[in-house]
Amino acid sequence: MSILNSILALVIAAILNGTPLLFGTMGEILTEKSGNMNLGVEGMMYMGGAVGLAGAFYYGKAAGESAFGPAAVIIAILCAFIAGAFGALIFSFITISLRANQNVTGLALAIFGTGAGQFIGEFMRTKEGGFVAVSNEMKAAFQGSPFPKFLQDIPYVGQLLFQQNIFVYLGIILALAMAFFISRTRFGLNLRSVGESPATADAAGINITRYKYLATIIGGGISAIGGMVYIMTIAGCVWNHEGLSGEGWLAVALVIFCLWKPQNALWGSALFGALMILYLRLPLAIPNEIYKILPYFVTVIVLVVTSLRKKRENQPPASLGLAYFREDR
Amino acid sequence: MTASQTKASNRRKREPLFHLAKRTDINPKRAWMVRGISFLAAIVIGGLIFLIIGNNPFSAYGYIVSGALGKKVAIRQTVKFAIPLLGTALAIAPCFKMRFWNIGAEGQITAGAIGATFFALNYANTMPKPLLLLVMAVGGALCGGIWALIPAVFKAKWGTNETLFTLMMNYIVIGLVKYLQGGPWEGKPGSQIIPDFSQNAVLPKVFGVHCGWIIVLLLVIFIYVYMNYTKHGYEIAVIGDSVNTARYAGMDVALITMRTMFMSGAICGLVGFMVCSGANMTLYHSVADGVGFTAITVAWLAQLNPFAMMAISLLLAILDKGAGDLQTYMKVPTSIADIITGIFLFCMLASEFFINYRIIINHESSGEASK
Repeated sequence: MSILNSILALVIAAILNGTPLLFGTMGEILTEKSGNMNLGVEGMMYMGGAVGLAGAFYYGKAAGESAFGPAAVIIAILCAFIAGAFGALIFSFITISLRANQNVTGLALAIFGTGAGQFIGEFMRTKEGGFVAVSNEMKAAFQGSPFPKFLQDIPYVGQLLFQQNIFVYLGIILALAMAFFISRTRFGLNLRSVGESPATADAAGINITRYKYLATIIGGGISAIGGMVYIMTIAGCVWNHEGLSGEGWLAVALVIFCLWKPQNALWGSALFGALMILYLRLPLAIPNEIYKILPYFVTVIVLVVTSLRKKRENQPPASLGLAYFREDR
Repeated sequence: MTASQTKASNRRKREPLFHLAKRTDINPKRAWMVRGISFLAAIVIGGLIFLIIGNNPFSAYGYIVSGALGKKVAIRQTVKFAIPLLGTALAIAPCFKMRFWNIGAEGQITAGAIGATFFALNYANTMPKPLLLLVMAVGGALCGGIWALIPAVFKAKWGTNETLFTLMMNYIVIGLVKYLQGGPWEGKPGSQIIPDFSQNAVLPKVFGVHCGWIIVLLLVIFIYVYMNYTKHGYEIAVIGDSVNTARYAGMDVALITMRTMFMSGAICGLVGFMVCSGANMTLYHSVADGVGFTAITVAWLAQLNPFAMMAISLLLAILDKGAGDLQTYMKVPTSIADIITGIFLFCMLASEFFINYRIIINHESSGEASK
């Protein structure tokens, strides 16, 4: 039984650590489906983390005793989304309207966003006298399960299915909805055509600019929620830039690993989450630091294998990273 | 209103306010004026940020300039910041000219630093200083070059996406340094720190700054000549314009891709050697410290012109060094440097649009004419 228990503990930890990545990745998948490669995920996740924490903290401070946990969760989600959407808006304006190089602009956003997130996090701490903490009740709303006690108490099944934090369930719902949206709806089809061949889509009467803007901005917002999820669950509701650093790049890696499909992100994020913490739970002969580069290594292999196999449905969107200019032929 | 009139007014309504046309020729004076305006815009936006957080923008900029250029020590520090930035931007330029999006400079710098550190740690006492430094430089360049060559081979042979591949390579090699720090190269057990290099392995100083600045200035000339006046440079330019043209002209695109990437990685590796031997005197996992990414923006904003890169990398170094001092004077977190840098990059990226495109306002008369 103890083996079963430790496997269960590993799976649960993997899901917990994978959830921020799940959001980060879903946002970037949506963005890349429109042909925009926003390398600023790291920056947007920083901004989302800091602003989301700020939202929850100042709500708790303003409401005092009457603070309502679920309201704080919603505020944090909204704040993070807006912060990320703002970053993505800058990116969209410069790359879509002004047609600047996407790689360079994305990196600029990564620099700007990590700076802004870090700044807000530190600024808040100095302003509030050295420590930003939310009440235990609010922490429970972020980190506890939304399900009733009797479901959580079912042995094994309850632990696995009903004891996760709320963002796990939100992430799963969002991933399924996004998978449906991208592959089964007309708007999703349009979006894919914009990412594959904008000139064809343009000729078919699809508003390229609108699709690119919306996908990138909403995608940025979703990615930023991932940063907030990291701060509010794993980091324990305090600003921790050390822990957050690298999450965004890992999310970019995960997009490739998932072959640009949200449904793959569901298990992919849990796998990456497991790879991130496996060294704590399954000590092998490999040194810890080598363990930690496994996600990147696996991503490289996936990237190479997909390019070798040349399977049509597994390729990156064909116009990924290219600006579209109608008059350009 | 008759039917035809309605139709005409509808058409006018649908006509967008303006349309864009590519500019093929803009005189350089105007182009630099546009860039100057965007630079001013960045200063104004940055100033607004200082206002929002409750600081006087004028004194903030004053502190930045005096913090970066006020004293001899400060200038040396600023130059020390600019060296790796410029060196890496130079390394990236040929790749970007070829439209090979190498965003793995961060990793190539780190790989180079590993190569250099290997010789610094193991052969410090067996060779005379000049020879040791030369071996370290060559070792660094080789490691950086090989690290860059891996994604290039896959790109050349199978078309593997180089942007994503080079990005992943960064984190693999950074993880490798973390392993070396805590494992085979660790100094005091448990310290997670690689011991400082012996004096034998440290770059000598010229005018108070390690002599990397001379190497980088030589590289400026080398890259300028290489890109503009050599056969290799020409081949790179042709591939950048059109891969098919290059193939038709009989160029071996795969070979040129790999060769250029190896050279780019080698220069990054050289930068890694300079940083760990000249500035840090040891190796740690953040030896590249984001330079690989910032340098990409430097190279791009300079239009891949080596001399413009000097100016831009110096500007970013001034911002970085100067804003670092704001914490002491104004109690502003150092991360303000990244915010201001980001704003500058955004503004300058945006300005390229006004250089490359012309906005043509659609006058009402054109709507009439189309009737």
